Amino acid sequence: MKKTFIAFLSLVAFCSCSSVKEYQKSKINDAEMALTAKKTEKFENTFQLYREASSGANGGKTGGGCGCN
Amino acid sequence: MKKRLITAACLAFLFAHQSKAQNDSISSNYKKQKLKIEEINFITSYYTQDGNNSAVTGGEGTEKLTDIATNFEVILSKKDKRNNVHTIDLNVGIDSYSSASSDKIDPSTVTSASYQDIRIYPSANYSYENEEKKTVYNAGVSFSAEYDYFSIGANVGFAKTSKDNNREFSVKGMAFFDTWKVILPIELRNNPSDNDARHNDSKPRNSYNLGLALSQVINKNFQIALLADIGYQEGLLATKFNRVYFEDLSVRSEKLPNTRFKIPIGIRGNYFLNDKIVLRTFYRYYYDNWNINSHTFSFEPSYKLTEFSSLSIPYRFYQQSQAKYFDAKNQHELTNEYYTSDYDLSKFSSNMIGLGYHVVDSNKGIFNIKRIHSFDIRYGYYTRTDGLDSHIITLALQFK
Repeated sequence: MKKTFIAFLSLVAFCSCSSVKEYQKSKINDAEMALTAKKTEKFENTFQLYREASSGANGGKTGGGCGCN
Repeated sequence: MKKRLITAACLAFLFAHQSKAQNDSISSNYKKQKLKIEEINFITSYYTQDGNNSAVTGGEGTEKLTDIATNFEVILSKKDKRNNVHTIDLNVGIDSYSSASSDKIDPSTVTSASYQDIRIYPSANYSYENEEKKTVYNAGVSFSAEYDYFSIGANVGFAKTSKDNNREFSVKGMAFFDTWKVILPIELRNNPSDNDARHNDSKPRNSYNLGLALSQVINKNFQIALLADIGYQEGLLATKFNRVYFEDLSVRSEKLPNTRFKIPIGIRGNYFLNDKIVLRTFYRYYYDNWNINSHTFSFEPSYKLTEFSSLSIPYRFYQQSQAKYFDAKNQHELTNEYYTSDYDLSKFSSNMIGLGYHVVDSNKGIFNIKRIHSFDIRYGYYTRTDGLDSHIITLALQFK
């Protein structure tokens, strides 16, 4: 898994970032392309936070509430 | 040279004059705007799970639980005379759950304290966006209340976008000040197994979080975000109604350290493969000082059925190591300082697969109701290697 992550980061690092103009952003601005969790993922993230020991770095809740059930 | 100076002076005078005239025109044309409703979001979900490793009964026993969650959000905004955007986000959520394992805290009662409960969590956030400087400042407060738990939260944040709108950096600080009403298992109420807390005591749990995010448009079809959240918790971190059975078959209430330090880092990358397919990917590495390491990977291809609708198949893989304080029922040694048999802190991996449908139509509306801007429905099936599995179905409506 770590190797995959490093490979992905390398791929991103070697990808040249081109300056994208506003009129070229029809795909980037598509709702599916948003770099946040979807609204329908809200409650999925909450139960994963409670059922798993990890949290954070996904735009979800990272504290507050007991999650004890 | 003289001519150049005169020309430059004339141009400067004309520009200054025109600029003043424009400003005067803006101030005279500006009409005070009222707050208007940008959107209203309604999200509801039904969640059900079952397993056989309940922490309440020491790591063995039913984990059956159902939860109905509803969230209602109103986003209001207005522009001031300098074109800065002020946004207010009001949110209220209600969870209603029933938990079979919580009923075992005191099995002699028909329903014990946490068997059925309602959690209410309102929040309010304000953001101020300066379009000229491309900065956003935001702040908010949140509350959460249930029978044995109360939480107050606050957050502040800042975001800066590059001139070409292709890069954004954001930072957000959050703090939650929680209070537990301690509930002990029935057999330990008159004879607590440690000095952490007595039955019905109120104990604090505070969480602090610093979130950093850097997003970058790579090209017309691809963008990524690097995410990090540094978290620190202090206070009562153990769930005192969880039982732990030791090797000599004696029972104690769960005991965990009073501090926890967490470092999750993640990367999200979304790629528009062709005119029809969008690939959403996410990876997160997590580490904390309870010795939990985890990897999360999710992949969601989305297929555009029409210009306004799409179908997606989300998949998520998760793997974690066990906390150094975890052991199964009757395995803990009496000399252990901290102990838990909560399988959420054990070593396991999980898979989740689902199906989502999204439709948006700002012209005709959804179901011929013009006010409904978008409709989403999403189902997920989750299975864990220790036998726990769950189903969740979520419905979201956006009104404009």
